[in-house]
Amino acid sequence: MVQLINFVGKYSVEFFIFLGKMFIFLLESIYHIFIPPFKFRNFLRQLRFFGNKSMIVVIFTGAFSGMVLALQGYYALNKFGAEALLGPVVALSLIRELGPVLCALMVTGRAGSAVTAEIGIMRITEQIDALTVMAVNPIKYVVVPNILAGIVAFPLLTAVFNVVGIYGGYLVCVHALGLSEGTYFAQMELYVDMEDIEIGLYKSLSFGLLVTWICTFMGYNSGYGARGVSKATTNAVVLSSVVILVWDYMLGAFLL
Amino acid sequence: MIEIKDLYKSFGKQQVLKGVNLVIKEGEVTAIIGRSGGGKSVLLKHIIGLLKPDKGSIFIKGQDITKLKGKKLDEIRADIGVVFQGGALFDSMTVYENVAFPLVEKTKLTKKEIHERVIKALTDVGLQGMEYKYPAELSGGMRKRVALARALIAHPKILLFDEPTTGLDPILVRSIHKLIKDTHIQYGFTGLIISHEIPEIFEISDKVAMLHDGRIVEVGTPEEIQKSDNIVVKNFIMGIENGGDYEKRKS
Repeated sequence: MVQLINFVGKYSVEFFIFLGKMFIFLLESIYHIFIPPFKFRNFLRQLRFFGNKSMIVVIFTGAFSGMVLALQGYYALNKFGAEALLGPVVALSLIRELGPVLCALMVTGRAGSAVTAEIGIMRITEQIDALTVMAVNPIKYVVVPNILAGIVAFPLLTAVFNVVGIYGGYLVCVHALGLSEGTYFAQMELYVDMEDIEIGLYKSLSFGLLVTWICTFMGYNSGYGARGVSKATTNAVVLSSVVILVWDYMLGAFLL
Repeated sequence: MIEIKDLYKSFGKQQVLKGVNLVIKEGEVTAIIGRSGGGKSVLLKHIIGLLKPDKGSIFIKGQDITKLKGKKLDEIRADIGVVFQGGALFDSMTVYENVAFPLVEKTKLTKKEIHERVIKALTDVGLQGMEYKYPAELSGGMRKRVALARALIAHPKILLFDEPTTGLDPILVRSIHKLIKDTHIQYGFTGLIISHEIPEIFEISDKVAMLHDGRIVEVGTPEEIQKSDNIVVKNFIMGIENGGDYEKRKS
């Protein structure tokens, strides 16, 4: 029994220390967002890395998500004779839920993991120390551009994901299942409100912050050697993915 | 210039530094020798404020840097250049961008002035014409030279070298040592070199300090160190294992 309490106590303390470190890291990053000098070029480079270079994967996932939604939605709605509502089902599912979540998961896998690995390698090859010694704050130089790029890129990528997904759904509904084009878009216009789009936007904004925060933190604090970087990258992707789903539920419950 | 007083540092239960005392005079090159894992790099990281000691002080220009933070620590760091063990070059930047980095980030020099200084620094280390190569395209010796050029470009008053010749062949070791000697004559910095290169290190240092078991056990000119009666120093110079154990048995 004493051993069990010891075990639980030890891991609880470690967990709270980890959370504390993460929180201090975030506060320090937010502080450096507003304090000059601003590293605009680094921000643009990371924005291109997160946004432009994730475009293909986002377009593919978006298209197929919309197509699958249309297929499955048709199968369910057909039972009640409500196929006319397929447009709103596809659009609302994408805009409110699947767009922000799937897009965030894909960008985490493609760009988040790369950011963790890059910062982790900078840490183990003493590049972070070199910045510190040259009196260049590594949080400002390396971490902040990634966080800002995530906050800007995630909503934009989500918007692309949603549009492509809706057109993917359109292809299946209209050209494969024979639904009328007018019904698909007219019903969508009727049921999708600006509020739904705003909810999706808030979600993707917060995912952008969460993913870049976790991935940069893990890289910045990665252990030594190739194993340390590999562990940091795995942890970053796993933790980001879990946090995306948990935070999505919490936001959904709060915003609904 | 640099005064280390009674410095202690532990990592968990492992005590690495057990009361280090050392004075490094202005304009001199001091080498710290000692076995691998003996705490030499840990000592160097304390001097640049990357690690905080458990106890003790390090005075640079009369200020205890172990108590400094933020901008005040950065002001002291502006006078210090470091050549890291692996070079610590930014691998996403070219040689030119790496060397120009301290000037681009910390000075208001024009592009033309920066260009002139980068070319001069690269010429000083024998790397003219390599400006647009990436660190991954360079050999180990070239990378160390670029690291030295980057450390020298802001004309620091203190230059710290963390094993600058590790992993290089004997010819490159001599060439890097010559480079350190030449640049020391040219720039007149106060140098601290962490090294294992015996006996080559004696040729370029004014003072040599032996770090053993977390303490400085001997300091002197290269000649004094080579003639030292201290069994730990003798064994280390001759490459005999367990110098410390032998000393303990003897005592």
